[in-house]
Amino acid sequence: MEYESVIGLEVHVQLQTKSKLFCGCLVNFGAAPNSQTCPVCLGLPGVLPVFNRQAFEWGIRVALALDATVGRVMKFDRKQYFYPDLPKNYQISQYDQPLARRGALTIDGEGNSKRIGIHRIHLEEDAGKLLHSTDEPVSFVDFNRAGVPLLEIVSEPDLRSTEEAYQYLVELKAVLQYLEVSNCNMEEGSLRCDTNVSLRRPTDISLGAKVEIKNLNSFRAVKQALEHEIKRQALLLDQGSAIALETRLWDAKRQRTESMRSKEDAADYRYFPEPDLVPFVIDSNVVEQIQAALPELPAQRRQRFQSVYQLSAYDAHVLTQERTLAELFERTACLCQKPKAVANWIMGDLLAYLNAKNLALDAVTLRPEWLAQLIGLVDDGTLSGTMAKEVWGKVLERGIEPAVIVREGSLQQIVDVGLLEHLADSVIREYPKSVEDYSKGKANALMYLVGQGMKRSQGKANPQQMTQLLKRKLDELRERITGRVTE
Amino acid sequence: MGVVNTETVKHVAALARLHLEGQALEQIAAQLDQILGYVQLLQKLPTDNVAPTSHVLALTNVLREDTPAASLSQDTVLTLAPERHPPFVTVPKVIETSS
Amino acid sequence: MSVDSLAALTIHELHSLISAGKIQPQQLLEDLLERIEYHNGRLHAYLSVDPDRLHRQLEDQLRTRKAGRLAGIPITLKDNLCVSAEEITCASRILRGFRCPYDATVVQRLREEGAVIIPRANMDEFAFGSSTENSAFGGTRNPWALDRVPGGSSGGSACAVSADMAIAALGSDTGGSIRQPACCCGVVGLKPTYGRVSRYGLVAFASSLDQIGPITKDVTDAAILLGVIAGHDARDSTCAPVEVPDYVSTLQWPVKKLRIGIPKEYFVEGIDTEVKAALDEAVRTFERLGLVCESISLPHTPYAIATYYLIATAEASSNLARYDGVQYGYRSATNLRQESSSNGLLEMHRRTRTEGFGSEVKRRILLGTYVLSQGYYEAYYLKGMKVRTLIKQDFDAAWSRCDVILTPTAPTPAFRIGEKLENPLQMYLSDVYTISANLAGIPGLSMPCGFSREGLPLGMQLLAAPFKEQKLLQIAYAYEQATDWHRRKPTLSRQQIAQSK
Repeated sequence: MEYESVIGLEVHVQLQTKSKLFCGCLVNFGAAPNSQTCPVCLGLPGVLPVFNRQAFEWGIRVALALDATVGRVMKFDRKQYFYPDLPKNYQISQYDQPLARRGALTIDGEGNSKRIGIHRIHLEEDAGKLLHSTDEPVSFVDFNRAGVPLLEIVSEPDLRSTEEAYQYLVELKAVLQYLEVSNCNMEEGSLRCDTNVSLRRPTDISLGAKVEIKNLNSFRAVKQALEHEIKRQALLLDQGSAIALETRLWDAKRQRTESMRSKEDAADYRYFPEPDLVPFVIDSNVVEQIQAALPELPAQRRQRFQSVYQLSAYDAHVLTQERTLAELFERTACLCQKPKAVANWIMGDLLAYLNAKNLALDAVTLRPEWLAQLIGLVDDGTLSGTMAKEVWGKVLERGIEPAVIVREGSLQQIVDVGLLEHLADSVIREYPKSVEDYSKGKANALMYLVGQGMKRSQGKANPQQMTQLLKRKLDELRERITGRVTE
Repeated sequence: MGVVNTETVKHVAALARLHLEGQALEQIAAQLDQILGYVQLLQKLPTDNVAPTSHVLALTNVLREDTPAASLSQDTVLTLAPERHPPFVTVPKVIETSS
Repeated sequence: MSVDSLAALTIHELHSLISAGKIQPQQLLEDLLERIEYHNGRLHAYLSVDPDRLHRQLEDQLRTRKAGRLAGIPITLKDNLCVSAEEITCASRILRGFRCPYDATVVQRLREEGAVIIPRANMDEFAFGSSTENSAFGGTRNPWALDRVPGGSSGGSACAVSADMAIAALGSDTGGSIRQPACCCGVVGLKPTYGRVSRYGLVAFASSLDQIGPITKDVTDAAILLGVIAGHDARDSTCAPVEVPDYVSTLQWPVKKLRIGIPKEYFVEGIDTEVKAALDEAVRTFERLGLVCESISLPHTPYAIATYYLIATAEASSNLARYDGVQYGYRSATNLRQESSSNGLLEMHRRTRTEGFGSEVKRRILLGTYVLSQGYYEAYYLKGMKVRTLIKQDFDAAWSRCDVILTPTAPTPAFRIGEKLENPLQMYLSDVYTISANLAGIPGLSMPCGFSREGLPLGMQLLAAPFKEQKLLQIAYAYEQATDWHRRKPTLSRQQIAQSK
């Protein structure tokens, strides 16, 4: 039977403030374990939290960018559960007076856009990290992450397919990056995601039993877990079985979800107002100021790229998905005034290179000036398309400007016609068999000879020029031979 | 009497990570029952239109600037821990699933 | 008491002597340590004292600090105030061996004034109690009668001040834990306004009720100590940015025509006749001093204890969740690795907490967990917060009629050791007069106002509007000048000590 999937996403994003949410410890991924903690984030006896102004303002910034209503007063609550990565055995979070509610994010489906509701946005502290020993029944705790500011963004169950869920995540990530509040690096855990999914027949109004899936460490995992879970639930429903209300874990190795706990014995978090923190009144002036200072968001930039640079909707979409990519495009386009060429270089070779190496854009040293320079070198005929690709690869590899690579590798095209003729003649001399084949009308013999000629030029010859030259010489030769025979 | 029974106390003890059984459980259940019985006197007081007080002071918006401060050394943190395997604090293995 | 011991003197007396160069701080510390060594075995006011460390601390202090308000003067701390590199246990097995890596804000402020910090005064475990009998390391005795409790939970601090084993002390007060032991031991105890003193470094019991305050031999010392520890602290979000007045120079301001309210709800059944008589006498003294005494009403008083035990235990259950054997303190010695059971961690948590906490702590954790748990929150915790509003409103209304409120500190003099241990509710009810001040967040001061026929100190409590500590101290000072209760000392003869054994 056909079912409609009803999906909601719960995204936790780490805010990249300088210091933690309630203490002065650095927020810095990759530090030595247990080296970025203090009495406050370790929850030692007697300590008290003090709220980070930057996290507060960034939280509001995200809420406004997501079109959410910022509460007049927000407060913190304690969410209580025992876990060894949670130093106080309660998490300072927000319960009934969160930072913001009722927002939305627009995603671009197959050409038609769709507004996905956002249920609530709240601030909370992150927990530490657990590692599990493989040979001993022990776990290791690193508290560095404890107290890092987290923003939890909970969507409404408005997503209807795995693809929509994926697009929501991509768009949300783009928005957060544009706001410069987080690097949204899933590998480093600065963006994390839980999802819930239920199935219903298209005619049903009420939702089916909701299954929550945790442990999704990449966008791909979200996709795969949802696909798997939708299939699993559909199969059960087809068999006439009921879906259990439960939390499941995604096992990426086995590519399946596994039951974690049922909702009946769900934790009793015993929320109550955090007595160590006072309420926070969100002044409408502050909201207006933050609103006014919002940067251009991905959707707005997409529109602008289409109208200003005459890009296609697709190009604009790809180029704006990451803020840094969009900025590279725009700066380069301004430098060389050839937006379409810039778009092609970025979307083609650059993204292919990054994908192949599994790198983020900021992992390579790259200046807009360099790409502009490269495009200029192609334009003035210094580099052929093939050579430019090679140079570009070296630019990305070594992080130096194209002109330097061109100079040091004498990667300029051979423009000396005498030298080209010399190359062509030597090829003709050395491959009499191919020359004969050509004279008998075998066209691919020419391609072979051109290939040999290019090889000898170490790629520096212009292939079209080489082809023309060889064809002229071979034709002349054939005429001479035929002429002799007829004489 | 009869506000809480031993089953409830057992459930609450599980939430609080305390172990109680036998006579100790009976005794503490009886004491809690007595105390909660006493607390019932509040139910006589109408409070429908009363706002709850979680802070007696009317302080709001107490914030700190986003300025980093010194952390404790790794050594200090690990020295506090009853069991450690530098650079980590160790605990009996945590099992992610309960099923 | 050896009258020639410097340990018997007050902060202000010692400060004059030290400033004038008449005595040396080393001599003072020697005298005090001698006194502690002599009496601590019987009274158990301190959980431990390390003379060498204290001497070193004094030397460091003398080398590095300029003369402050407490230069060279030892100040005793309850064992729930954090002192860098010192052990702190809150009189609980679960924290045994824990050396705190930081100083509480009050400790920093004491150091800045040149004080020598003597940590580890005994207390009820995690400040849960009114008798100091709940200390996991053995209770403290009342220096006035060794078979009696010193009150609690700051019983060690109050006992030490009373028995001249301390010059002055800091305690903490969540429901009366400074005032009630001060009353039982015949000394002055002041719980400041919530937010007057930073709680940073005070091991939390109930965060919305806890305050640190002085326990001293007289009102002047209370004013001095409060002046040192009070004031805004960026590390405590609930610490108010309210200016700190000069509590000492205003002590002698005239009290004539100031109004004292006497809440009728505090003088009903359950009050000891001798306590009642002492309060009546105090009223007459105040009237002689020109103050105006009149009856007022705090109608929600009968609900205070129930409200308090809901809020205090709920917050405590949460604050004490962190003691789980993972990061510091006690971890159950059971070798859980060998069991390799899937719930090794759960077992470790459970055993650590079950073995590490005493029975009163467990009782309160269970009560607090219960009132916050699903299905009970509205009926209990939320209800408690609402009644708290009503109790606070009672006081808000009272300040239009009076400057301070006069009540007994405790319904009876110090009770016998063991008398109330079996009945927790009875123990809770002994906090009846002190609890409301914590719920309303107002300051309260207890001072001696007489003695029972058996020679036990009786105490009265003065309450004032938020941040009106100055008024409390001023009126208390006027009373102290007119009486000599504060000059009496317990006669801790060897014979009496021997008899009690």
